Amino acid sequence: MLRTLRQRITLTDIFIWVIGLSIAGIVIWGTISTLQQGRYSGSSWLDLTIKGLALGGVYALIAMGYTMVYGILKMINFAHSEVFMSGPFTAVFVALGFSKSGFLDRQPVISLIIITIVSAAVSTLIAVLLERIAYRPLRSAPRLVPLITAIGASFFLQYVFRGLYGSGSYGYPAIKIFEQSVTFAGIQVHKTQIAVIIGAIVMMVVLYGIVQWTKIGKAMRAVSEDKEAAELMGINVDRIIVFTFAMGGASAGIGGILYTLLFPVVNFYMGFFPGIKAFTAAVLGGIGNVPGAFLGSIILGLLESVGPNLFLTGLGIPSPSQLKDAIAFVVLVLILIFRPTGILGERISQDKA
Amino acid sequence: MKTESSYWVKTIQNGLIGGGIALLLSLIGLSVAFKSTYIINGIFTMGQVFAFTAILFESYISVQKAPSKNTLTRLAIGGLTGLLGGVILVIAIALQQVVNLRSVLINFSPDLIKLLTFNLSLTPGLLVLLGFSLLLGVIGAGLYLLPVRIRGAILQGILTVIVLGLFRDLLVTVINLWGFVKYAFLWLFAQSGLSIPGAIVVFVVVAALVFWRKGRESKKVVITRNPRQQRMLRWGGIGVVAIFVLLLPPILGSYFSEIFDQVGIYILMGLGLNIVVGFAGLLDLGYVAFYAIGAYTFGVLTTSEAVGILHVNFWAATPIALIVAVFAGVVLGLPILRLRGDYLAIVTLGFGEIIRIVVLSDWLKPILGGSEGIQRIAQPTIGSFIFNNQQKLYYIIIVGILIAGFISVRLKDSHLGRSWMALREDEDVAEAMGINKVITKLLAFAMGALFSGLGGVLFATKIGSVYPQSFSFIVSINILSLIIIGGMGSIPGVFIGGLALVGLPLLLSQFADYRYLIYGAALVFMMLVRPEGLSPEARRRLELHEEIEEIPHEETATILKTPGELGGR
Repeated sequence: MLRTLRQRITLTDIFIWVIGLSIAGIVIWGTISTLQQGRYSGSSWLDLTIKGLALGGVYALIAMGYTMVYGILKMINFAHSEVFMSGPFTAVFVALGFSKSGFLDRQPVISLIIITIVSAAVSTLIAVLLERIAYRPLRSAPRLVPLITAIGASFFLQYVFRGLYGSGSYGYPAIKIFEQSVTFAGIQVHKTQIAVIIGAIVMMVVLYGIVQWTKIGKAMRAVSEDKEAAELMGINVDRIIVFTFAMGGASAGIGGILYTLLFPVVNFYMGFFPGIKAFTAAVLGGIGNVPGAFLGSIILGLLESVGPNLFLTGLGIPSPSQLKDAIAFVVLVLILIFRPTGILGERISQDKA
Repeated sequence: MKTESSYWVKTIQNGLIGGGIALLLSLIGLSVAFKSTYIINGIFTMGQVFAFTAILFESYISVQKAPSKNTLTRLAIGGLTGLLGGVILVIAIALQQVVNLRSVLINFSPDLIKLLTFNLSLTPGLLVLLGFSLLLGVIGAGLYLLPVRIRGAILQGILTVIVLGLFRDLLVTVINLWGFVKYAFLWLFAQSGLSIPGAIVVFVVVAALVFWRKGRESKKVVITRNPRQQRMLRWGGIGVVAIFVLLLPPILGSYFSEIFDQVGIYILMGLGLNIVVGFAGLLDLGYVAFYAIGAYTFGVLTTSEAVGILHVNFWAATPIALIVAVFAGVVLGLPILRLRGDYLAIVTLGFGEIIRIVVLSDWLKPILGGSEGIQRIAQPTIGSFIFNNQQKLYYIIIVGILIAGFISVRLKDSHLGRSWMALREDEDVAEAMGINKVITKLLAFAMGALFSGLGGVLFATKIGSVYPQSFSFIVSINILSLIIIGGMGSIPGVFIGGLALVGLPLLLSQFADYRYLIYGAALVFMMLVRPEGLSPEARRRLELHEEIEEIPHEETATILKTPGELGGR
């Protein structure tokens, strides 16, 4: 009994746990000393929390693409960040056109809907093309091959869009109805943030509904469970996979517009960080799991917006928000090391991880 | 009947795809970037090659898959494909006249339209464009109908003309150093690209050579040499290459030496990553982290600025920097031992980014200089000799590559090398066979980190300063691309990949903006068509059995070379 225990606990495990515990210690210590210093007031914490929720909502929409594709093909669609970028980067021209002609101010809701549709359409198109050209021929290839393809496709798409629209940044015009903030039980909240949170929740419900309650959603779940069996049951696997990519693309395109409401600048490399973070969120919640992606995204959004100030200020680190991306990456690394199945994931065994 | 009619649909599809690719390449600016890079002076430019090759290629594919064996039908199929490609371009140009697309698509410039309409005014230009596309389609079909031997000769001839024309500047620089011999070659070149007689001569010579060689091959003349001769030939070849490599900097001058220095550093790191990815099968996307660690450690140790700590010289700082890099490799490697495949890739990517973000932050600014980096880094010295320019540093880099190459070659067939390959093939089986997974994997990470760290040291000393911007994710992708294109696990592949992926974009400055576009496309294309890389490792095994497998080997090689297989759709 003791021998097996000794065999099981290797030096590596001890090392990993030491790292984990020391990071946990630093986080707790930082939090306590930050709170003791009391540099931030209660309302600024709430402000950060709402920011984090809005950010998490956007991540959730991007994460859907990762998680659904992973659920079905068991591959990381590394180029999904470019699917996300393509929509808003294209739709910015529509938005600028509307802004110039004054249509945006006259009909803000209609123009926002049109912009969103354009963005979703472009992202969907890119996602479907990507699947058709880069991934479908490689479906039975060894695991590393589609991943490398995806990395290649990611760079290819980035620089194609750079070539098409230029290497500069474009700014989304401000939408007047979102400019004021409302007071909500004594707290001032930006209207954009409310819009983003509501939009993200509605989209998540729709996506969840499609996966859970429609026939095609059922087929998706069947394909994700067992491709061969699903095919024998008369499901057109190719069509389901295309549909999955399309759904992920549309969701990323809509997420992209919500993202531009928060950060109105678009350029060809805008996809990288949100993409990686959405992937982190998908893994955090349990990849392949739709509610998990939502949960993971909200947690990551909160960690990213509240985290730097909460954990790092107390440690005396200057300008902690510079390290917010590093926090996301640390979360990614830790979750993959300690719990690759994520919070809600249980199906992925070690050989898949 | 049904197959025939469905075939016309396929042809239309091919035509539209060809036109779409041509339009895309034009719209992302590739054609215009090369609009004055003549291949044959006054006749055609590289820009036109980019604009129209897709149409030619698609017609070829169309004809290849055509069910009809009738020559005229096939030519018609080719012509239709080409014409449709042209129609796409014409529609796009016409649309541009009606609505100003340029406010969105920044490369849809008058220059592009002039290039596509052959500098004519609009209406005749568009008609010529249509006619030209039709002609290209027919030529594509015609190429397919030619006997294999002639087709091969023509294609190789055209390819050689394009390559020589493209590298005219480099070639002329080199040829000018050859004394009076240069006059035998200089007339081949014009102000830009090849001269017309030069192009004809190059084409005829190359095509004739290929034609003649193909003919000999078909007669199966097998030259057998005894092992001693083979060995002598091999060492002779290595000797010639070595002398050439050593003489490169004085031949090329400082501008080209700088390029070769960069290529060298990438090859050095490629050799390291080749151990991690190629030998051990651990996809590491955060390889840049060790490069950064090596460079920064070296910088901090040797800089004469205030942020430095020891102010030691190159030879004392290098071992310390390497030890730090290796230590980092082991420390980062330990927690991720259990991860495989894509998760490993993502975690290593995370590590790389964490390092960059932390270096860039204000937090470590007092030590690492933040976004201003570290300047005034020491250069290597031997006695009173200072390696203070790119030509001298070249030799230091060569030494680094030699060490890395030697270690790689020796490790590959060693016990450790075979353990790595066993782990790569099947981790569980390897472990069951008694391979210590922890040690073996950590050694792979450590070796990778060692060479990456050395690359960082050489980079820091070459530039004389380090900035966090130099250590972005794209460097990892750069190195990964070169070993994948070259052939994972293949040592010659690293050199080929390095020269092709790092050297070419630096030599052709017009490519600079499209470097990563081409990397991305090359990665996808390689994975789809030839996942084993340009210089695959398995080939070595085939070479060992050349006499036995002569015929199948040749066959597979020619099959792979036909563009039909390269289409891969």
